[in-house]
Amino acid sequence: MQDLSVGTAWLHSLLLGFMPEWAAVTLECLLVGVGLMLLYAVLALFYILFERKVCAYFQCRLGPNRVGPWGLLQSVADMFKILIKELISLNHIDKFLFALAPYLVIIASMLAFAVLPWGNGLQIIDFNVGIFFLLAVSSIGVLGILLAGWSSNNKFTLIGALRSGAQMVSYELSMGLCVVTMVVIAGSMNVTDIVRSQEHLWFIFSGHIPAIIAFVIFMIAGTAETNRGPFDLPEAESELTAGYHTEYSGIHFGFFYLAEYLNLFIVSGVAALLFFGGWMPLHIPGFDAFNHIMDYIPSVVWFIGKAVALSFIIIWFKWTFPRLRIDQLLTLEWKYLLPINLFNLVLMVLVVTFGLYL
Amino acid sequence: MANIQDKISGKFPEAAFTQTPSVLEVSVPDARWHDMAQMLRHELEFDYLVTIVGMDWKEAGLGCVYYLVSTRTNDHIAVKVMATGDREKPFIHSVYDLWQIATIYEREVYDYFGIIFINNPDMRRLFLNIDWKGYPLRKDYNDDPNINPVSIENERQTDFTDTWVEKDGKIVKEEHRVFQPDDFVVNIGPQHPATHGVLRFRTAVDGETIKKIDIYLGYIHRGVEKICEGLTYPQTLHFMDRLDYFSAHNYHHGLCMLIEEAAGIQISRRAQVIRVLMDELSRIASHCLFIGTYCMDLGATTMLFYTLRVREQILDIMERTCGARMTFNYDCIGGVMQDLHPDFVKDVHALLDVLPANIKEYNKIFTGNVIARDRMENVGVLSRADAISWSVTGPNGRGSGWACDIRKLMPYSIYSELDFEEIVREEGDSMARFKVRMAEMEQSARIIAQLIDNIPEGEYCVKVPKVLKLPVGHWFKMVEGCRGAFALYLESDGTANPYRLKIAPPCLPAAAVVDHITRGQKIADLITIGGSMDYIVPDIDR
Amino acid sequence: MEVTAQGMPYEAWKDNEYIEKLVKELQESGTNVIVGSLDKLINWGRSNSIWPLTFATSCCGIEFVSLGAARFDMARFGWEVARSSPRQADFMMVAGTIVHRMVPVFRRLYDQLAEPKYVIACGSCAISGGPFKKSYHVAMGIEDIVPVDVFVPGCPPRPEAMIYGIMQLSRKIKVEKFFGGVNRQESQKEFLAAHPIEGVND
Repeated sequence: MQDLSVGTAWLHSLLLGFMPEWAAVTLECLLVGVGLMLLYAVLALFYILFERKVCAYFQCRLGPNRVGPWGLLQSVADMFKILIKELISLNHIDKFLFALAPYLVIIASMLAFAVLPWGNGLQIIDFNVGIFFLLAVSSIGVLGILLAGWSSNNKFTLIGALRSGAQMVSYELSMGLCVVTMVVIAGSMNVTDIVRSQEHLWFIFSGHIPAIIAFVIFMIAGTAETNRGPFDLPEAESELTAGYHTEYSGIHFGFFYLAEYLNLFIVSGVAALLFFGGWMPLHIPGFDAFNHIMDYIPSVVWFIGKAVALSFIIIWFKWTFPRLRIDQLLTLEWKYLLPINLFNLVLMVLVVTFGLYL
Repeated sequence: MANIQDKISGKFPEAAFTQTPSVLEVSVPDARWHDMAQMLRHELEFDYLVTIVGMDWKEAGLGCVYYLVSTRTNDHIAVKVMATGDREKPFIHSVYDLWQIATIYEREVYDYFGIIFINNPDMRRLFLNIDWKGYPLRKDYNDDPNINPVSIENERQTDFTDTWVEKDGKIVKEEHRVFQPDDFVVNIGPQHPATHGVLRFRTAVDGETIKKIDIYLGYIHRGVEKICEGLTYPQTLHFMDRLDYFSAHNYHHGLCMLIEEAAGIQISRRAQVIRVLMDELSRIASHCLFIGTYCMDLGATTMLFYTLRVREQILDIMERTCGARMTFNYDCIGGVMQDLHPDFVKDVHALLDVLPANIKEYNKIFTGNVIARDRMENVGVLSRADAISWSVTGPNGRGSGWACDIRKLMPYSIYSELDFEEIVREEGDSMARFKVRMAEMEQSARIIAQLIDNIPEGEYCVKVPKVLKLPVGHWFKMVEGCRGAFALYLESDGTANPYRLKIAPPCLPAAAVVDHITRGQKIADLITIGGSMDYIVPDIDR
Repeated sequence: MEVTAQGMPYEAWKDNEYIEKLVKELQESGTNVIVGSLDKLINWGRSNSIWPLTFATSCCGIEFVSLGAARFDMARFGWEVARSSPRQADFMMVAGTIVHRMVPVFRRLYDQLAEPKYVIACGSCAISGGPFKKSYHVAMGIEDIVPVDVFVPGCPPRPEAMIYGIMQLSRKIKVEKFFGGVNRQESQKEFLAAHPIEGVND
């Protein structure tokens, strides 16, 4: 497995050769920032097209195929359009919060990107409470949604915002508990350590029953966290027109639209990290030749491949299930998922204490 | 019938009777009308109010004809009541306390004719805005566009309803608030993805719970009844396509039968079979679209595409024969417009072959889904008594346990010879309404299977005079559209144009009852309930 | 300049004279090289991403649903992102009759659309009142209420006709001028000064 941190270290020493350390770090930060932005845009565009294509195939249609080869440029065209669309200024709204909300949402998902393990040694910050940081920043998003709904001075957006407040705060709990469950088996909150400890076997296999339960709950909670069907109540089209972002136009709406897809990526990325070994290739103990071949596939491909595969499952949910009602949604969380989760946490602790994992 | 006549005349000696072939007609003065209505409702059990036909007989004055049916004995009766007072302010006593749907029906008559119903709690205009000048269906209505110009200014809104009550021998107006001042009122519609067209609900909510709904209609009111009065009989037909565009064949069928009955035209058996085939095909197509859009409302978008697949196949069959995908204008007076396409039988067989597998697939994807069941079961429960009182017919009524299929109750065309079941479920919730439609598709397929291989030879359209004039008189006909009982009342004064053509659509009661069954449910349930009622707004508004 | 859209060959269009005339008028003043190519890029984006507003009043709306379904699949062209909020939509398919009571609502929806916005009058009711010409409550065509870009006749138009109509709109967008053309921004103050609204004091 090639370690990409060699490359970054080489770049660092190269820069140090002709500038002081502070300048080098600043430059690196800038480079990382630009790279992140680009990655961000490309990923979002890819995801939008991906969802549209997947949904089309579920529905026996073709999906976008006219703009560019195989319709690949469809979301690029959409982006151009959204960028130059009018930003409608409204009267009787809280202008500052109204403008702030989309940025909060997008910042939340950007910060979460910082700790995702993109590849072997390819991580923006790697510190000892990485996964904890990820949970913390991803909950800033709900603030943006609440503000968006409230500041628009519109009854639909308000209902959408209140729904999303109730929903996201509840499901954050399940998400957190699932993460804690997996931290128990990993023995660390450091993202790199979590990945490294899955070198021989991914947690979903080594943690067997509790890990699988945690994975299922994580996928459900993750779908709810990203406001996607069947939990898309905050923006339920058929009930609240467009939910909390009804009043947003142009690029502001574009931010919400992008953030939805990026959150989808983050949730599946975290799931990949916790259950499927992050960038770690598939290793089966005892099959050394197979493991060796797997090592030849670059770690970045492993991570993105896993994340996209998991997102496919979440997209599959959306285009299959009907939407829940708000009370059913909360019942599901508080009466079923949370108790199961707590029980599962105890189970995992027992499994780890008695060394029952593989 | 004679028994009923005896009973009524025993109590109301002033009542006058006329016996027509289909229905017993009673005429009663307004002063005794409410008492008689009470007797009809409670003693004789005429519990289903089909429609209230407002009438303007010029010099003879304004009045109403009430069509009543007893769901127990299947007896019919028509009651004619003349309005008291002058043309400026005609009055009739309201019967809203006996049949709940009368609240809406009386508002409609008020809107069209200006007849004020004493004691009706809600005497606002129904389709036209509150500043509309004149009553359009009166014969002396001035339709100069300058009097009621198109305006892009918002219409004036009021939070009060009018009630006219008798106090010390005088009739006075009272005002009542629709919503309390501290209600949180959310305006849903007229442009909203889940209202299936342009319907507007003003919804008072408490958190997510619905307290009250005030329904606003008329956003697609096109005045079909008035336009028809200026057209010849064959010309009136094509409006039937544009009311409930999914039941185009059924509605056409109804009006054609009504006119043929009035003109004494006998049509060939081939034409009858073709009409019934088309009716049932469009019923399947309509229910397919219902299932699709309903599932989409509930968030399961993919179902729409699976159901539309079958619908497209049916539209292909129809297009080959009728020449259009919608608005077919296929049934005509004397039969049908063109003969069947040579491939018709083959195409229908192909459809019948794939239909069961498709229905199975729908059930697999949606009906058994735990989320779908939670969303639909016990949501919007409509009891049998309420369904009858609100005149909610069709699959909605049958989902509440009321066997109200006109094809069985008063068989028309060749339905009496056909072997099919009337699907009735007892639960009365959204799921029941959904399942009734699902099962009706199978029954329709069964009817088609019986007919498709024995379409008799013969002419598809008999000769009718170029200019069709009906004798003086009036006729009433009910047929089963895709969404329930579709009633037509035609009055002729002997000319080539109808004097009055009243269309009583099944969707108006279905929309009117939404307030009654959504109270105390969640906002999301409004979508579930509204969707399960499957109303078509142009059909409500006409 | 041969204007075409969605990969259709230029010869396949039936009304090229009209669009040629439009192009000629636009090009009379000449175009700056940089601005012109920027315009091209922007118009490429706009014309390939036209999102409809979910708006339907009657029969034509059902054909619009069919347009989204598998047989006609407007997703191929990228039109399937139907937005329910007018702020996020690009064009309005006026599918169905517009009656007196609906006119203020309809007009408001149009006003709520974010620029650049387009209107397609779909079906004979929206074009002229259609079969309801004699009605007391039907607006005789929406052209008096909002500016219309494309008319699609039919009662209702077939989905193929709708595809053709939206493609024509796409072509029309392609020849627009973004700089100094359609997007000349008027400040809100100026606009309100020129168009006073009664009863609104801010």
